[in-house]
Amino acid sequence: MSKTKELQVAALENGTAIDHIPADQLFKVADLLGLSKLNNLITIGYNLRSKKMGRKGMIKIADKFFEDDEISRIALVAPKAILNVIRDYEVVEKKPVTLPNEIKGLVKCNNPKCITNNEPMATSFHVVDKTRGVIKCHYCGRIIEKDEIIIK
Amino acid sequence: MKNKSFVSIDQCSKEEIIHLLDNAAKFEAHPNRKILEGKVVATLFFEPSTRTRLSFETAVNRLGGRIIGFQDASTSSSSKGETLKDTIKMVSNYADLIVMRHHLEGAALYASEVTNVPIINAGDGANQHPSQTMLDLYSIRKTQGTLKNLVITMVGDLKYGRTVHSLLVGMSHFNPTFHFIAPEELKMPEAQKDFCNDHQLSYTEHTDFTTDIINQTDILYMTRVQRERFTDLEEYERVKNVYILKNEMLAHSKDNLRILHPLPRINEIAQDVDNNPKAYYFQQAGNGLFARQAIICKVLGIDTL
Repeated sequence: MSKTKELQVAALENGTAIDHIPADQLFKVADLLGLSKLNNLITIGYNLRSKKMGRKGMIKIADKFFEDDEISRIALVAPKAILNVIRDYEVVEKKPVTLPNEIKGLVKCNNPKCITNNEPMATSFHVVDKTRGVIKCHYCGRIIEKDEIIIK
Repeated sequence: MKNKSFVSIDQCSKEEIIHLLDNAAKFEAHPNRKILEGKVVATLFFEPSTRTRLSFETAVNRLGGRIIGFQDASTSSSSKGETLKDTIKMVSNYADLIVMRHHLEGAALYASEVTNVPIINAGDGANQHPSQTMLDLYSIRKTQGTLKNLVITMVGDLKYGRTVHSLLVGMSHFNPTFHFIAPEELKMPEAQKDFCNDHQLSYTEHTDFTTDIINQTDILYMTRVQRERFTDLEEYERVKNVYILKNEMLAHSKDNLRILHPLPRINEIAQDVDNNPKAYYFQQAGNGLFARQAIICKVLGIDTL
């Protein structure tokens, strides 16, 4: 990491910084985390230069710490994102996001004839390929590639 | 999925399939038994289907059970806007078993999650029709004496054919060799070919329906090529007569060859095939009764046969 970037991450006194978000997924990640509903101080970086990824996004949220299941929601669209937990200006924990095996309630099935699109019920998906972000509807069996995923 | 519901062929292990087929054979020998006496079975056909419904209802009747239900969503409370979940919960008060057909995919699986009453899926949209697969497997085993190491040729609409996709899964436990014969627009989808690759099932794709392949085949599974499925209607006009089976094409076929079709048969099997002893499609439908009786007993935990 460059000096400037380290300063950016460490600029939070307490909170969470999510790094290595693919630039084109940044706003989806913000949606998934429900950032627009928070009152916390949030910094969003878009199109930051990255040696690893070319362009990337970063989100820093002050005074917010996420549960594992909250974070695993973004693993679909940002499988290589890194979570930095910051306390007292120090990165006390650094962990990659992990994709769960099942995703409930987050993603819409893009099969119009799926029961989930026609009944008041939660969707449910099995993750069939973690590296390529491919998921399969538990109910109708439709396979959805990462790019086609619609967040509800 | 709770309890012992029968929703998809994917859920069946090789042993479960064999056990079901063994029981179906026992029912073929004695289809009239009193094992469902005192039981009420609900046939909920949100989407009409005469053949499947009559087959299930006969299965219940011959086993001494009683039937309630509806044949069409317009006569059910769905037409008032009741959710599927509410309908299933309501019917669960009355019935020991629910057999349902619905136009939406995943409906039967969802139903099995909202009730403790076992659900049998009689068809959910373009997704599953597992009792059809069971009767297809039963027919294959009965006519060939085994399910193992057979040459299975599937012809027609392999893209949208729900029965064809399910049969692939059902047969995957038994080391088949597949030939897929279809027009380019309706060829077997990648997902199904991936399934074959993942399970080491050998298959060959063809666009021509030739006697060469017929002569190597043990089971010839015909399906209809529908005009509505084509985006390129010129292609339909070019191929509409290619995937038709005529009696003369069977001249040098194997003695054990049998012709299956999930029905209804329109013109894809010529009328002159019906008198050929290798035509098996009507007996195949008849086997549906025994296969369904076996499925009903399985989901109700009745195994003293």
